[in-house]
Amino acid sequence: MGLPLGADAVVEVRDVCYAIGGRSIFDGLNLTARRGQITAVMGPSGTGKTTLLRLLMGAIRPDAGQISVFGEEVAQLRRPALYSLRRRIGMLFQNGALMSDLSVFENVAFPLRAHMRLPEPLLRRLVLMKLQAVGLRGAAQMSTAALSGGMARRVALARAIAMDPELLIYDEPFVGLDPISLGVILRLIETLNSTLGITSIVVTHDVEEISRIAHHSYLLAGGRAAAAGTPAELRATTAPAVNQFLKGLPDGPVPFHVPAPDYRVQLLEPGQ
Amino acid sequence: MNTALGRAMLRMGRVALFLVRVLAQCLPSLRQPRLLVLQIYNAGARSLIIVMLCGLFVGMVLGLQGYDLLQRFGSESALGVAAALGLVRELGPVITALLFAGRAGTSLTSEIGLMRATDQLTAMEMMAVDPVRRVVAPRFLGGIIAMPLLVAIFNVIGIFGAQLIGVGLIGVESGSFWSQMQSNVELGDINEGLIKSMCFGVACSLMAVYEGYHAEPTAEGVGLATTRTVVSSAVLTLLLDYMLTAAFLHS
Repeated sequence: MGLPLGADAVVEVRDVCYAIGGRSIFDGLNLTARRGQITAVMGPSGTGKTTLLRLLMGAIRPDAGQISVFGEEVAQLRRPALYSLRRRIGMLFQNGALMSDLSVFENVAFPLRAHMRLPEPLLRRLVLMKLQAVGLRGAAQMSTAALSGGMARRVALARAIAMDPELLIYDEPFVGLDPISLGVILRLIETLNSTLGITSIVVTHDVEEISRIAHHSYLLAGGRAAAAGTPAELRATTAPAVNQFLKGLPDGPVPFHVPAPDYRVQLLEPGQ
Repeated sequence: MNTALGRAMLRMGRVALFLVRVLAQCLPSLRQPRLLVLQIYNAGARSLIIVMLCGLFVGMVLGLQGYDLLQRFGSESALGVAAALGLVRELGPVITALLFAGRAGTSLTSEIGLMRATDQLTAMEMMAVDPVRRVVAPRFLGGIIAMPLLVAIFNVIGIFGAQLIGVGLIGVESGSFWSQMQSNVELGDINEGLIKSMCFGVACSLMAVYEGYHAEPTAEGVGLATTRTVVSSAVLTLLLDYMLTAAFLHS
């Protein structure tokens, strides 16, 4: 952690501003993900976590600021360069986003078939190895419709690592999982990170889970990183916005009540 | 009026741009011929039963109506040629296209729309696979290839239906039914039907993949897109049919 800022950074977000339809999502966001680390990006719903991922992948362009991934300016890339950058990145979607017309095996084989001309026996071994890593080698011939939510996410994870990415991005990996599946995913994220040295970015609002494995965490609020640091440092912060989120307090800087006219006035006024 | 017209123009422009994008990916998509074969099967073979059934009934109706009309002029023997020309030049392509829009077009739209709604298309993009190449182009091409084949089958069954009623039930002489047809249906008539069916194939497939690809990623959005596919395919088919018919009669 003693590294100067910018050294060994796989992803660097500098002063990024982004707005949709006049509503500002990011206003001067700064964020860094270092090589070989698990970086957590937390924040309440609606703070633009998914938007951040779309920015990182070059699906949308920021209004201002720079986003560099592997030292390349994402917003400047044209489609072929962007696609070759994306081959080095694996992404796990919230709902898996598995191809519904392909089996588990073919889903994992999908990126390999699309990008490499591998002889079939080699491809088969590669896919089985990826499935073994997530513990689903036995489910290779199942149809994706028959998978439970947790299994679907593991298949999606196997697919995300099929191309041996240097960077893995997880979009809400813990949402809607039972405790066992959640534990499995959590362990997989950590194992992939430590054994393969994959840089990981985990976007989530599950504070407890991610704090166990993250090296560095960011908390998004108000369009910028409201707090950053190790999970322990984050817990020690006294900023009210951070406190409210980490402790799950119903009222605070993020108000419990949506802005509305005065309660008594509204109840007593003659309605139509 | 102005805004409605403007919206319609905007939509046409978008469809045209999408067509260019799809066409550009058609050739690269052929590198995976399995995908195309699967889509020809989906669009063509799976529409076969409904096309054959409707062809039979349309032909039978032609036999009845054609006979009723022709016998007033004492030319029942022309029933064969009337039915064949009506089917080959007009009814075959148009009705098959309408059936295609309802059967294959809707399933294309909802399939692609659901892929959109479940992030499958985004996932492909993130895996550096162009969804237009992988998903849209094979379905578009499959529809274009399947349509003329379906039309040909529709025509054959239709003529069989007309013969069934005209010759089998009413008793028009079999020899004149077939010989008149043979001597009066020319290659130009067949070509007209063929060109029409290809144009309708492009129109119906394009609308189906366009609506699916641009569907709102919700259950409601996919439903609406499916409806739009049928409506715009039908309107486009009949509009094109008028224009093509006028062009062929003029030349």
